[in-house]
Amino acid sequence: MNALVTDSSMTSAEAETQVERELLLRVDNVSLSFGGVKAITDISFDIQKGEIRAIIGPNGAGKTSMLNVINGFYHPQEGTITWQGKVRRKMKPYEAASQGIARTFQNVALFKGMTTLDNIMSGRSLKMHKNFFWQLLWRGPAEQEEIEHRRKVEDIIDFLEIQAIRKTPVGRLPYGLQKRVELGRALAMEPELLLLDEPMAGMNLEEKEDMSRFILDVNQEFGTTIALIEHDMGVVMDLSDRVVVLDYGKKIADGPPEEVQANQAVIDAYLGVSH
Amino acid sequence: MFYREAGQFKTSYKADQALMPILQDRVGLIAILGVAFIVIPAFANDFFLTSIMIPFLVFSLAAIGLNVLTGFCGQLSLGTGAFMGVGAYAAYKLTTIFPDANVIVMVLLSGVFSAAIGAVFGLPSLRIKGLYLAVTTLAAQFFLEWCFIRIPWLYNNNASGAIEVPHREMFGIVVSGAEATPIVRYFIVLCITAGIAFLMANVLRGRIGRSWMMIRDMDIAAELMGIRPLQTKLMAFAVSSYICGVAGAMMVFFWLNAAEPSSYSIALSFQILFMVILGGLGSLGGSFMGAAFIWILPVFLKFIPGTLGFDVAAETVEHVTFMIVGALIIFFLIVEPHGFARLWQIGKQKLRVWPFPY
Repeated sequence: MNALVTDSSMTSAEAETQVERELLLRVDNVSLSFGGVKAITDISFDIQKGEIRAIIGPNGAGKTSMLNVINGFYHPQEGTITWQGKVRRKMKPYEAASQGIARTFQNVALFKGMTTLDNIMSGRSLKMHKNFFWQLLWRGPAEQEEIEHRRKVEDIIDFLEIQAIRKTPVGRLPYGLQKRVELGRALAMEPELLLLDEPMAGMNLEEKEDMSRFILDVNQEFGTTIALIEHDMGVVMDLSDRVVVLDYGKKIADGPPEEVQANQAVIDAYLGVSH
Repeated sequence: MFYREAGQFKTSYKADQALMPILQDRVGLIAILGVAFIVIPAFANDFFLTSIMIPFLVFSLAAIGLNVLTGFCGQLSLGTGAFMGVGAYAAYKLTTIFPDANVIVMVLLSGVFSAAIGAVFGLPSLRIKGLYLAVTTLAAQFFLEWCFIRIPWLYNNNASGAIEVPHREMFGIVVSGAEATPIVRYFIVLCITAGIAFLMANVLRGRIGRSWMMIRDMDIAAELMGIRPLQTKLMAFAVSSYICGVAGAMMVFFWLNAAEPSSYSIALSFQILFMVILGGLGSLGGSFMGAAFIWILPVFLKFIPGTLGFDVAAETVEHVTFMIVGALIIFFLIVEPHGFARLWQIGKQKLRVWPFPY
């Protein structure tokens, strides 16, 4: 309760800068169930271009399922997803990736056997096209392409301040850095929409502050639209432009942070009510 | 102290992502190539070439093939022996159908057939993983072995049921068949193995190699980053089978001279798999080390009693060798489950800080 109250004063300034923006993604009446379990029930919301959109809710509310629907990993039984003005057909995750949707994972999903550099380079896979025979030769086009993308990757490494761990296998890195590398890997895809699934889970205060700064910088400098799942309410209220709240697979609130904070349904969902 | 990259600055990404960015590594590689191309041919006798070096190189290549699939793409396969067999039979058919064509080209071409068959048997990999996939590749092993026995067309209706390598010449030098000299065979095998190893090193550090490793380490994340799982896995199967096929063809053309279906049995699959596991999954150098351990060590062990002057029966030596090698495999896997490649890496790290480890 305290957290919710104290934050309301800090976020009121940001709400005033809200402007009506172009829609990037719209989710209409989406329902998803696994057998008899309804993970998501009739949810609609939208993500505007250039905003930071938070999705919050208690555990098991369907937040991660929602992200999985957006990037094509789950296929909803009902409802439509409109991406950049076009209704999207059922698609595979790699197709969503090629349309510009990148994400990070709740439990770090880095490529453990590869170095930081290779992990971030792997984010460039979709943008590299030299075929197998050039790769065999290496000299010439394949090498040129590799160097070209290495430059971009080095920019990201500089941006995230992880130069020192460039050649370290990611399995050896501490958790906070792994999360940062994962963010770098998603950034390397130069996405239109970046889905962050609990980017600050398990971090200490300092690491959270760093990560928040990176998220804001990504949003402001690269203009990347971000959809964010996070449990730390202070962070959510500070970072996000608009918040959608889920509970038991249903949407219970949607709006700017301070509005959501005052919403009785949200407070009930988080604190519980006597039935 | 001797192995230290301090002072070796890179001023371009090109230099930084070279195959061997460290000078000592480059010198080491040149030394190894020098030994392989100059010293061994100059001093080795026929026994050393035919019984040690040629099989070692053939097995190394097969281990590289399997390593591409299992070590880099994470798909466990027990069909290596059969894919090698496909290469051998394909090369045999090609060279008997086109007797005037260059036999080395035919050997390299035979891998294409093996690649096609490997890709077909790789199809289940989209749905099944790990040991279950290994079982489906086992089906490939048994089915193909059956083909080698039951389809007489494959061995030109030979009464013995075996394939016998015909006499072939290139620029007036006998390169295959019983008359080919060990030194010629050695050079051919060495060039093909070194060439393919070099090309694979290129592929593995580029986009395609990375996409294989992405699938290996975290297939879901790879897919969400735009990697198409089926295409990528099938490509790994095809490339791996191509290399295994070439190795299989070299095995009969430049080493054994004749081969029966039983040469490409499940035992060969396991032998190659052990080389890969012992050498180090996901390491090209490890493939060579694993092949050396499994093939060369027993040969040397067999000579020890004789040179020490003990009079031991040949069978006893054979059995003792089996026991020693088996015990060593267990020992090394307990010491370092990631194989010789990891041991070598640890060794290099130790060398880097020696003599002041703190």
